[in-house]
Amino acid sequence: MNMLGAVFRELIGLFVDDGALALEIVAVIVLAAISATLIPDVPLAAGAILLFGCLGVLLANVGCSRASELPFGGRLWRRRWWAGIL
Amino acid sequence: MTVSLFHIGPAMTAAFLASLVEAVEALTIVLAVATVRGWRPAGLGALAGLVLLAIIVAALGPLLDRVPLHLLQLAIGILLLLFGMRWLRKAILRSAGVIPLHDEAMAFAIETAELREQALRHQARLDWLAALASFKAVLLEGLEVVFIVIAVSAGRGLLVPASAGALAACLLVAGIGFVVHRPLARVPENTLKFVVGVMLSAFGVFWTGEGLGVAWPGADLAIVAFAALFLAVGGAAVALARRPRAEVLP
Repeated sequence: MNMLGAVFRELIGLFVDDGALALEIVAVIVLAAISATLIPDVPLAAGAILLFGCLGVLLANVGCSRASELPFGGRLWRRRWWAGIL
Repeated sequence: MTVSLFHIGPAMTAAFLASLVEAVEALTIVLAVATVRGWRPAGLGALAGLVLLAIIVAALGPLLDRVPLHLLQLAIGILLLLFGMRWLRKAILRSAGVIPLHDEAMAFAIETAELREQALRHQARLDWLAALASFKAVLLEGLEVVFIVIAVSAGRGLLVPASAGALAACLLVAGIGFVVHRPLARVPENTLKFVVGVMLSAFGVFWTGEGLGVAWPGADLAIVAFAALFLAVGGAAVALARRPRAEVLP
């Protein structure tokens, strides 16, 4: 039973390592799906949400991971990070 | 369906590189088991893992043909995004020095130490435990390989080239491991993970979009553009997240 539990946990771990990243990706996909349903005449809108949403999520997640290990939650560093991106 | 080199190349390369990483990780554990308890339990465990993998593939493979294509694209696209972006994030953080690099030599040392500790506690059933460790490693890393092969090839008639890429990587790693009897610590694992993360994320966006009914401009060429975008953003993220020199120096 322990072995089965370990295998199951490792299988989930293949797709979910950082819970926040997984949730953010799913949120982007849901937004894209809503867009595809509400405005089916412009399917590229859903595509744009998906592509740029995923890229944004990746940048934001890496920035947060980096900032979380700095003093004061890396507030100053966060400002520099977003300034660097923008 | 006409399958050109343009289609085969990315799928085969992604399957080969990803399988290389997984095979190296599995080999490390099988070698640790062989070092502590000999090749018999290590080999039997690995063989049992391969047999179970073959059964899973044989049982699930035909079912994939019965799933409607857009549902298959959507499901695999979502899983690819979760899997690929997880790899890419980790590779970025490792490249930037935020988290330590994966070290096969250290993984080998930890696995060996754990098996030796188990040897002191459970001498009687140690061979069984050693074989189980080998079995679990081959099964789990093998499942990742199977997932990647299916994900980059399903619904496009690319199962054979993608499988060939994965098989070539596994045979290469197994062959080298059998000759050198050491974990392959010099494989640039983080670079491979970065490249594979970029490719799988690009495939993931493409497939998820197709599943949602998006007609991408340029059709399959869009995958190359997505990969270039993920590569550029990944590179920028490494540069931005890299520790300033003052933080690294004592």
